[in-house]
Amino acid sequence: MFDDFFIRALIAGIGVAFVTGPLGCFVVWRRLSYFGDTLAHSALLGVTMALAFEINIAISIFIISSVIAIILVKLEKNTNLPGDALLGLLAHSALAVGLVVIGFLSFIRFDVMGLLFGDILAVNVDDLIIIWGGGAIILIVLKIIWKPLFASTVNYELAEAEGLNPDRAKAIFTILMAAIIAISIKIVGLLLITGMLIIPTAMARNISDTPKKMVIFSICGGLLSVIMGLFSSLQFNTPSGPSIIAAALLLFVISLFKIKQTIQLKN
Amino acid sequence: MTIENNVLVKLTEVGLKQRNKWLVKGVSLIVERGKIVTLIGPNGSGKSTTAKIAIGLHKNIEGNVEKFTDKIGYVPQKISIDWTLPLKVNDFMVLTDELDEEKINEALKLTGADHLKNQNLGNLSGGEFQRVLLARAVSKKPDLLVLDEPVQGVDFTGEIALYKLIKEIADKLNCGILLISHDLHTVMTATDHVICLNGHVCCSGTPKDVAMNSEYKLLFGEQASQTLSIYEHKHDHIHSNDGDIKKN
Repeated sequence: MFDDFFIRALIAGIGVAFVTGPLGCFVVWRRLSYFGDTLAHSALLGVTMALAFEINIAISIFIISSVIAIILVKLEKNTNLPGDALLGLLAHSALAVGLVVIGFLSFIRFDVMGLLFGDILAVNVDDLIIIWGGGAIILIVLKIIWKPLFASTVNYELAEAEGLNPDRAKAIFTILMAAIIAISIKIVGLLLITGMLIIPTAMARNISDTPKKMVIFSICGGLLSVIMGLFSSLQFNTPSGPSIIAAALLLFVISLFKIKQTIQLKN
Repeated sequence: MTIENNVLVKLTEVGLKQRNKWLVKGVSLIVERGKIVTLIGPNGSGKSTTAKIAIGLHKNIEGNVEKFTDKIGYVPQKISIDWTLPLKVNDFMVLTDELDEEKINEALKLTGADHLKNQNLGNLSGGEFQRVLLARAVSKKPDLLVLDEPVQGVDFTGEIALYKLIKEIADKLNCGILLISHDLHTVMTATDHVICLNGHVCCSGTPKDVAMNSEYKLLFGEQASQTLSIYEHKHDHIHSNDGDIKKN
């Protein structure tokens, strides 16, 4: 049978996929992929903070990502720079500062590659509790804000005019983004988290015609990617994150044939 | 909230300033149950802004907005549905509110869009989409309907039919309607009160009053002096298809 560490990684990855599916849909619908990247880059700073002050890594990442999100909102209001420039500024600054701080923390040895690309050996029981507990909270909160969030994704003014509160939904969603990055970093790695959010969703878009189907297929795609990726990671001794994302890419490519068929049927 | 004297929304001297420029200033209006209030005016005259102020979409406004209802149906001026979001008409109908199947069908039928129910929103034509937007706005039987250029993209015959329909909806639901339009000649007949905007209230009153108003003439004369006469005499006679002129 498989080793314990692999079972733990599998359980963790499955937990992550359940959450990245629905969140990923909103990332794609609301065009937030670069925003997700920015939060993920800032996670490195979160990790160094966790090591320096000896606090839980997930909590530390969550705090730093939330702070970066707040700074972004403030900068958007108070500068004339376009959103993508601000995102780039924050993403790379956070990454650079994180790496500089690691340089100073010479007394701590840790695996930067594992942090960037995920490391299935690193998953322990505490991580499982954080992933499944945190994941459940994220999904419950998402379910609660679904209506205003979805309505404002379709049309902001329509949602607000008809008595929903899109600004609050958006703020809560930003926190959820920070949370998913915090809980999935060990499995996917910080450079590839956005891929986990986007690629299964992109695959789902190709084969669905309603939002609900897209969410379901996105979760299924994520689950398949995690399972395929982790098994190949074990088999070929590759880092877990890239293996999962490569599996997701494979599914996406397969889904392209489905589109081709649909287009042919239409003509 | 209670509805006093049938007033649904009351704007008193409202204005909005953005980047040191007044988009609108000093606008007062009342929309009552069963009445249609139409905002007209040239592009950039603040029609949409005024409507958005009325439903509370603009913060930091000057003046006072009193809303006596939360049941608002809104048809925004511009709405683009992203292809990244697969959305069917049926899903779109329940966007802001839960509705049972019967109510969805009823509303779609009312605006002549019932055959579109299982279509993808991205595949609709401009006119079809406007009908769906209107159906969605009326489906939850609102007290106040705010329609921002509801007939854009609809062909001329469809336009007249749609305005007729809006009048019917107002009567049937007994709701108040705040309507925005730039093509005044087609909306005039069904409207109870017309407000002509050009950054401020240029003139207002019954459609007839407004059409006779010198400021109104000046405003539309500046915009297109040649069409002024067409606008003006639209109100006392009709050009039929064969070129004959009929008195109203």
